[in-house]
Amino acid sequence: MAQVSSIAEEQASTPLSPSKSVTLRIARFNPEHDSERKFMEFTIPYKKWTTVLDIILEVKKYFDHSVAVRYSCRQATCGSCGMKINGKPMLACFTKITELDSDVITVEPMNNFPIIRDLAVRFERLFESHHKIKPYLIRDDSEITSNEKEFLQSPKEVEQYIQFANCIKCGLCNSACPTMATDSSFVGPQALAQAYRYVADSRDKGKNSRLKIIDESHGIWRCHFAGSCSQVCPKGVDPAMGIQLLRGYLLGFRS
Amino acid sequence: MSKMRESVIMKIHYGTALAAVALVAVHILMRLTLNFAESLEYENVIANYQFIPYAGMLEIILILLSIHGFNGLRVILLELKQGKVYEKAVSYGCVAAMVGLIAYGSRTILMVNMGMV
Repeated sequence: MAQVSSIAEEQASTPLSPSKSVTLRIARFNPEHDSERKFMEFTIPYKKWTTVLDIILEVKKYFDHSVAVRYSCRQATCGSCGMKINGKPMLACFTKITELDSDVITVEPMNNFPIIRDLAVRFERLFESHHKIKPYLIRDDSEITSNEKEFLQSPKEVEQYIQFANCIKCGLCNSACPTMATDSSFVGPQALAQAYRYVADSRDKGKNSRLKIIDESHGIWRCHFAGSCSQVCPKGVDPAMGIQLLRGYLLGFRS
Repeated sequence: MSKMRESVIMKIHYGTALAAVALVAVHILMRLTLNFAESLEYENVIANYQFIPYAGMLEIILILLSIHGFNGLRVILLELKQGKVYEKAVSYGCVAAMVGLIAYGSRTILMVNMGMV
């Protein structure tokens, strides 16, 4: 366990609030060398606005630069820093230490993703599934050739899909999904929610082809409606609802 | 089976569940006409099978529950493990087991009505 007196002194110059300390446990695992996951502990000072990503970066900066973590925007927009924080899939940049209400913070890589190293995971499966459902508007004409120059939508039409357009592909929903844990071919809540986003878009004409893609043995019907995907989404997307609405199309309740 | 779309299979799955709930409710109500020990007496069981409308309903319940149950088993097994050969084996295996169970149950009703019991 390492101590951080220099950081504590540096940050103590800010007069707003006295800093407290938190124990950060980071899961360390390199599939090329290690047979099992180990945890390293660090004691890090924090303030009320300090995020989990901030303290992980403190560890990288002052204690162990070899900790592998993926991050970019630091404002819950890029979806890079998804990880399990105290057992729950969350964005590290969007999770403040104070909101966790714990003196010990354990960070682990997301479930249901192959580990590259430590907290960094592979996204190939998520991106393949996302690509498979054709995440773009399908229609014969285009706004460039159309006389109207743009496809107008009423606020009500936008309301049908807009929350699903907030997806940042962070993978937290796939990480929380119990079916993803057992079914390696399951398309996953992220891709299914995006399928709904385009099927519900009044400009799109690719509904039938998308429904055909998800209507297979490892498609939409393998969702058990646990709802954990919707609980962990940092952008307020409700994939579980999108999946149920998509099922409505397939069962003939919606057209 | 493998060519059938999953949505069609699931419509059958939900439909058989709903129909089975309704018919099993009728079956339970019929059983309430006798007390538990009496309803399991040999003569009463034979009489039930010889009463064609009731025997027909039992046959339908058998078919509905076999289809629903074995499709449920297929879904569980598909989620447990993946692979082309395994998935084909599970799908065809479940259909074969379903047909086998329906045939075995039907055999009992037919044997009673043909005077073989």
